[in-house]
Amino acid sequence: MDGAFAQAFLLIVSFDAGFLGIVGLSLWVTLSAVAISAVIGLPLGALLAVCRFPGRGAVIVAVNALMGLPPVVAGLLVYLALSRSGPAGFLGILFTPSAMIVAQTILVLPIVIALTRQVAEDLWAEYGDHLTSLGRIGRAAVGTLLYDGRFALAVTLLAGFGRAAAEVGAVMIVGGNIAGYTRTMTTAIALETSKGDLALALGLGIVLLALTLSINVVVFGATRLWHHQLR
Amino acid sequence: MTPVRDRPSILPLAADGLRFEARGARLIDGIDLAVGRGECVALLGPNGSGKTLTLRLLHGLDRPTAGTVRWAAGTDTVAGRKRHAMVFQKPVMLRRTAIANVRHALAAAGFPRTEIADRAQAALARFGLQDLAARPARVLSGGEQQRLAIARAAALEPDILFMDEPTAALDPGATRQIEAMFAELKRAGIALVFSTHDIGQARRVADRVAIFGKGRIVEQGPAERTLASPETEEARAFVAGDLPW
Repeated sequence: MDGAFAQAFLLIVSFDAGFLGIVGLSLWVTLSAVAISAVIGLPLGALLAVCRFPGRGAVIVAVNALMGLPPVVAGLLVYLALSRSGPAGFLGILFTPSAMIVAQTILVLPIVIALTRQVAEDLWAEYGDHLTSLGRIGRAAVGTLLYDGRFALAVTLLAGFGRAAAEVGAVMIVGGNIAGYTRTMTTAIALETSKGDLALALGLGIVLLALTLSINVVVFGATRLWHHQLR
Repeated sequence: MTPVRDRPSILPLAADGLRFEARGARLIDGIDLAVGRGECVALLGPNGSGKTLTLRLLHGLDRPTAGTVRWAAGTDTVAGRKRHAMVFQKPVMLRRTAIANVRHALAAAGFPRTEIADRAQAALARFGLQDLAARPARVLSGGEQQRLAIARAAALEPDILFMDEPTAALDPGATRQIEAMFAELKRAGIALVFSTHDIGQARRVADRVAIFGKGRIVEQGPAERTLASPETEEARAFVAGDLPW
């Protein structure tokens, strides 16, 4: 076990090309999924907070429930959709990083929409009269609510990042864990552990934790600084 | 800045037979109120007598169950921005600096992009708030927030400004500052309609008063005369300070 730790450390500091490739792909896939989810989910969540329509309650419950969608089920659905005979089979992206981004977006998006909806609704309870007075109602209120909810929404995106960075089932199914192409940190850890290569698994585990921690530190620092200036 | 009195106005405002019901309860019943250009009207009365709701109905935040709110003929379609603004009892401060709060309101009201920065500066300077410009609005004191809220509403150059208990939570010093703002707004020709519990304040700043009781206006008239010698039993009781409600 001590040997494994030592080897893991060597692997990290040696900047092994294969190792860095795995880390880079993981970051690319997860950050892309979070970025896409943010672009779609932030405005959609705020709209859901301020718009009234029949079935709104059902939509909110469904989105909240989807936060608990098991990654393997998301992976399976994307697999079925992207497989050659599936409705999106013509894209030919199964077992590519693009398919992995799609699968992780499906996991992250409900978190972003559901938490944004709650943040925006709480803000609306406070701002509603003022914004209505200014004529900023419905769609026109979205910009103000997202901007003024920015600190809570940063945490929302971190929650989404955490969900995507931690999951293995979805990327495993739609990516196929192909060495040098679709192998991410989590799929590699699962594979190497079952093969008995604890050093590589440990090394990747440490890097994964460190990356997650650093991203949180950066976001925390940035929002603190900003928050200090503008509450 | 064109003084409000020198341009076409959406006033006079006439509310006829306003009624508002919620969950079967009649909260307001038969409110008639007229406000002319540059007039300052105080809505007096105990809590729950319908002052806030009346302001909300006049401003259009809530829709009356019956009755109408009418602005001067033909001006309800004034192109572009709305010409009446409202300040709430608990000022709504966006999570931005004081001046960004003013800029946001100006942008929302549709002022030209190129004018917004200058107008926001001018709006703060007009009421001596320029030193607060870069401060986060939500850490200002209660009095400063209320002054900022009024300056922000005045920046929209409304013909009429509705204010819900603008000094209810403030100490005498802050109240004096708010009343000084009232004077400046009146000088600019902006009509003011505000609710208050403070009979002294109504006497100091209002041209006319409307005394509320149980969702109705029990008496209205020129401030001086109505407060000195109210004609109805209920108004007399309110002015005398014994609350029969």
